Amino acid sequence: MPDSLRNFDGSPLILSLQVASVATLLALVVGIALGWLFARRRFPGSTVLEAACMLPLVLPPTVIGYGILVLAGRRSTLGSWLREHFDYTIIFSWHGAVVASAVVALPLVLKSASAAFAGVDRTLEAAACTLRQSPWSVFMRVTLPLAWRGILAGTLLAFARAMGEFGASLMVAGSIPHQTQTLSMAIYDAVQAGQDDAALLLVLVTSVISIAVLVASSRFLSLR
Amino acid sequence: MFFTRLLGTVLVAMLPLLVTAQQLTVSAAASLNNVFTELAPKFEVGKPGVTLRFNFGPSGVLLQQVAQGAPVDLIASADQATVTRGIEQKLLDADSKRDFARNTVVLVVPVQGAPDVKTLADLASPRVKRIAIGKAATVPAGRYAKEALDSARLWSVLEPKFVFADNVRQVLDYVARGEVDAGFIYRTDAALGAGKVKIVLTTQGHTPVSYPVVVVSESRNKALARDFIAFLATPPALDVLAKYGFGKP
Repeated sequence: MPDSLRNFDGSPLILSLQVASVATLLALVVGIALGWLFARRRFPGSTVLEAACMLPLVLPPTVIGYGILVLAGRRSTLGSWLREHFDYTIIFSWHGAVVASAVVALPLVLKSASAAFAGVDRTLEAAACTLRQSPWSVFMRVTLPLAWRGILAGTLLAFARAMGEFGASLMVAGSIPHQTQTLSMAIYDAVQAGQDDAALLLVLVTSVISIAVLVASSRFLSLR
Repeated sequence: MFFTRLLGTVLVAMLPLLVTAQQLTVSAAASLNNVFTELAPKFEVGKPGVTLRFNFGPSGVLLQQVAQGAPVDLIASADQATVTRGIEQKLLDADSKRDFARNTVVLVVPVQGAPDVKTLADLASPRVKRIAIGKAATVPAGRYAKEALDSARLWSVLEPKFVFADNVRQVLDYVARGEVDAGFIYRTDAALGAGKVKIVLTTQGHTPVSYPVVVVSESRNKALARDFIAFLATPPALDVLAKYGFGKP
């Protein structure tokens, strides 16, 4: 154990936090927008679209990874356009891991945001409208403050899910040390290579962080 | 009534488990996937009641699984080092070991839109952005490539460009999809990807690629396992190996 402690490489931990934070932020913005849309607007195909947005929750991560490869890989329309004009690709970069994690985390934000918005009293919004507030201002000053608790709960779950992302990220971003090797991939590599000490240490680190996030979230949510 | 029927159905469903006389589990290097799958019926024909079961993966991981008690009868590895390590750890029966095939490591590039690569040194060019290679700790093809690059003094230069793959077939897939600009695989894998990848050169300066097969010490089917090892040296087996491009041991 002392040996693996001395050789402990913090980069997977930092990368995991970085990827999970950015992915959660992305999922939060998209999830709030879509959650509001599904809670407040009915349009042709809205139920099907909502179901499609929830798919990452039930599909195997390998399907998500494959989907991203097909849609954004070098041979895809989007991928080759990005490569030609900006010399950029999300494949084998940490941005790829962010996209994969955001996709799998999105349903958790979306569902809780949609439920939270549905629970907001419409008469309060109507009252705000009579006070000459613009729709955006009503949303920011009335709807969102009333729904934030539910959204936050979903966001913390999304962060936890993004921290644990493995399958889709491995397919899209690979496991490149110091570039795309997150905690879960470092654990996988260590186990495969028979470095049980290193794996155990990483497992402990991951567990401590996850428990901290969960404890923080329950404390935060019980605040009134 | 319902439960009696349910119980009956379950029992009928379990019958095949009882009828199958013997199952031989072979853990084999990822590069042996197609060839072993084709060999299986040829072996089973001569052994009524025997079913072959394959577990393909990177050789290093296969040994790791055996170390953790996986119920495996045989290991066919893509390198000698892994088997030697297994024998030292008393996981494999040293006297059963036999080399059954040879291979070579090649550098491949995608057929479409590959940067101009003629030599190993060309990989250092800024036009080559990503190179796929097996994880040296577990994938023999990755270790052979590392040895070759080490002896060409290119490893540390190229290191920032490497994408490490879980097994050699994943390297082939990355190159075939064009997600990387080059990759190190076996000649036999390159043949399977013909049309999508093209061979640039055969690597030099590494341990020869020789495939040993060996019985696992904990195996309960040792006699049958030795039969499979003997079968790999018979003309029908050698023909199939040659068809996929493997060399004679």
